[in-house]
Amino acid sequence: MRSDAGVTADLSSAAPVRLAVRNITKSFPGVLANDRISLDLRAGEVLALLGENGAGKTTLMNILYGLYQPDAGEILLDGRPVRIHSPRDAIACGIGMVPQHFLLVRRHTVAENIALGPAGTPFWRPVRQVAARVEEFGRRYGLAVDPHAAVWQLSASEQQRVEILKALLRGAEILILDEPTSVLTPQEAAQLFEVLRRMRGEGKSVIFITHKLDEVTAVADRVTVLRRGRVVGTVPAAGADTAALARMMVGRDLDRALPPRRGRPGPPVLEVSDLWVAGDRGRPAVRGVSFTVAAGEVFGIAGVAGNGQRELVEALTGLRPPARGQVRLRGVPVRGWTPRQLARAGVAHVPEERTRAGIVPSMSVADNLILRRYADPPFARGLLLRPAEALRAAADLIAAHDIQTPSPHRPARLLSGGNIQKLILARELSADPSLIVASHPTAGLDVATTERIHRLLLEHRDRGAGVLLVSEDLDEILALSDRIGVMFDGRLVAVVPAGADRQQIGLWMAGRAAS
Amino acid sequence: MAQVGPFRIERAETTGWWTVAVSAAAVVAAFLVAGAVFWAYGLDPVRAYAVIVRDGLLAPGTLPEVLRPTIPLLLVGAGLVLAFRAQVYNIGAEGQLLAGAVAATWVALFSGLRGPMTLPAMFAAGFAAGALWGLLPAVLRLRLSVNEVISTLMMNYVAQYLVSWLVTGPWKGPSVRGFAYTDPFPADAWLALIPGTRIHWPTLVVGVVVAAAGALLLGRTTLGFEIRVQGENPEAARYVGVSALRTTLLVMALSGGAAGLAGVGEVAGVHHKLLDPTQVSLGYGYTGIIVAWLARGRPLAAVLTAALFGLIYSAGDVMQVSLQMPFRVTSVFNGLILFFLIGSERLLAYRIRWAPARVAVEAPAAAGASAPPGEE
Repeated sequence: MRSDAGVTADLSSAAPVRLAVRNITKSFPGVLANDRISLDLRAGEVLALLGENGAGKTTLMNILYGLYQPDAGEILLDGRPVRIHSPRDAIACGIGMVPQHFLLVRRHTVAENIALGPAGTPFWRPVRQVAARVEEFGRRYGLAVDPHAAVWQLSASEQQRVEILKALLRGAEILILDEPTSVLTPQEAAQLFEVLRRMRGEGKSVIFITHKLDEVTAVADRVTVLRRGRVVGTVPAAGADTAALARMMVGRDLDRALPPRRGRPGPPVLEVSDLWVAGDRGRPAVRGVSFTVAAGEVFGIAGVAGNGQRELVEALTGLRPPARGQVRLRGVPVRGWTPRQLARAGVAHVPEERTRAGIVPSMSVADNLILRRYADPPFARGLLLRPAEALRAAADLIAAHDIQTPSPHRPARLLSGGNIQKLILARELSADPSLIVASHPTAGLDVATTERIHRLLLEHRDRGAGVLLVSEDLDEILALSDRIGVMFDGRLVAVVPAGADRQQIGLWMAGRAAS
Repeated sequence: MAQVGPFRIERAETTGWWTVAVSAAAVVAAFLVAGAVFWAYGLDPVRAYAVIVRDGLLAPGTLPEVLRPTIPLLLVGAGLVLAFRAQVYNIGAEGQLLAGAVAATWVALFSGLRGPMTLPAMFAAGFAAGALWGLLPAVLRLRLSVNEVISTLMMNYVAQYLVSWLVTGPWKGPSVRGFAYTDPFPADAWLALIPGTRIHWPTLVVGVVVAAAGALLLGRTTLGFEIRVQGENPEAARYVGVSALRTTLLVMALSGGAAGLAGVGEVAGVHHKLLDPTQVSLGYGYTGIIVAWLARGRPLAAVLTAALFGLIYSAGDVMQVSLQMPFRVTSVFNGLILFFLIGSERLLAYRIRWAPARVAVEAPAAAGASAPPGEE
């Protein structure tokens, strides 16, 4: 274990430290999410917390907001140690949080949502006083929102303003924003930055979680970079070199040798042309994407989450009907096919949310291993299941993929994250697919499992499968892909061969146009 | 995990015997609270239970009286287990039961069918009618996202008023004077009884067969696999392409159909006519929900849980006759049992272990255990 002190710049002229985090450590089963993290937040500053997904940013903020308890380390508020056991404690300490997924009662009005919770709301007609204060604070910080509008009628940007107002009205002096721009358009993001500047002007402190480099330089005073649960360094944001920040954020320590490829890419397995897919809100999330994946090729899609990758994957695996465009699998048009039809046609899908969608947690490991093929021989004869066959196949797959479980009868939910992912891959790859759609296949997994999964994907590539790899981990994309497409705002903004410049890809991911 | 005196409470996997123990404890707790009801009614709870056991269990000829309500409860409960396993909350068994009774009555009185095929035809019609009564809310849920809890519940009232209307209006029997009955069924439409009792055994056989078939369906068929996947993780069901449409329609049709069979048994085996809906079914469709809940997802366990509630129904008769309490006291029992069952659900995830603390070392931990709940 090396020291967590990195490239910390000295800013001796700055304001007093309001919130200090000292050696916070938090582990979850199989993951060390925060490893001796220390950082300072000064009065009247915007501190950006930069890091990839899984770097531990959200865990740290949940500790500050009292949602998690740290295993070790302490939190100092104005120099005094504090214990934050719950969000209520956090609010009492003047810490407010704007979560990534808003926690608002959709049927209630803005004022009703804000009146909900904090002490001091009058029992009778709680909303009356709140409405006036909402308008006052709205004017003061540029957070215009109608206090009498129902939340479900508001846009994502307006709902975020409600969350910010909620925190401010509860007396927050320190505001944590978790990836606040992920739901905003560029113009709305610019408005948000203006709000943050006004708050800074009043002496409030802001922690701004992001993985977008240009936002750091746009709004932050200082930036602390996290990677794999550790602080890599803290630097002033003004004049920071985005390329250097990207290097700090992504790191270079996963340059492990993967097996060299055998064989050469063959004919196209997947051809996508001008694909449009609607997002959850009905707006197009994938906007005219075209690409091909050849047999024996890994096509990596790099991009920051929320730029249409999820909708693209769902459209290609039959979970979300495309609005228009063409999808061909080995030359056959498959647009609008169901997940089952696509699986039968040779599409394997390693889903993004492995526990939520990839397994049935309460069912046995054996049942989960035949989840795709329970109705096919030899696992069923007519309508009747043949559990003995399932157990035999399960025993083989458990051994072949080294799934750590005492018994195939054990409920899948009791497996660790890595073993759940091995189970999913074992199942999906057991049918020798011609196309593998792998979405964030190693997110949150340890190094050994990650490497195993990488080798597995490359093995199937060498056997002639086309692999569509969607990942936010740029190292993973660069290590595995033959060609790389970068998605931003629903479009494939660039397609480059393997060995392309990492910094350039990072800039495309952050929405910088190719220069 | 918390330490309470010499016991340690910890999270653990749910096992079969623990489920049985927790369920039994919930039922016992319900009986204890019901004892308070007896006391409030001016009866000595101990004596009341003694009378119930003596007159309801030990006296000669009591077993058939336990079995009689068990029959409809078993059919309703075994069917509802299937629906609940798919996380389809069918609260409409009462209406589906009445729909089956109406269809059976039509076959018996108005179809002109006579002879040995009459009863099979009545069961078939009853199953179909119950299934249809269940499918309507299912289609509403699938097409218009109408919550099935509400729609199935409302369909109960529709069925009740339909039966009331039939027996006071178009189907009112010319031979029964002023009563709100249909004419009695012809002899071909009477179910055989076990001699000397009022148990219509063919329906009991059908009930056991339905429970066994439900167990087979859930555990050993691809359809049952889909029901389990759909119920345990709808997101995974979507991911592998299990059709929510098909599983929902299937479980609603099967649970509705089973309730319909129960309705056939009541009119063909007990009353031999269609009459007021509150007499056709003594709330079997609602009590069946508790039967299914207590069976915890196992159709065959409904055989036992239905018998338990059959016991409560016959105890209701005893309380009415021997203790002069209203029959509706059974609803109090049922309500209390359901209340404690749902309340005990959380306990299934915990285990109590005998772990006597060594005083010197563990005293602070034991002190910590007396802190308010929620502090782990």
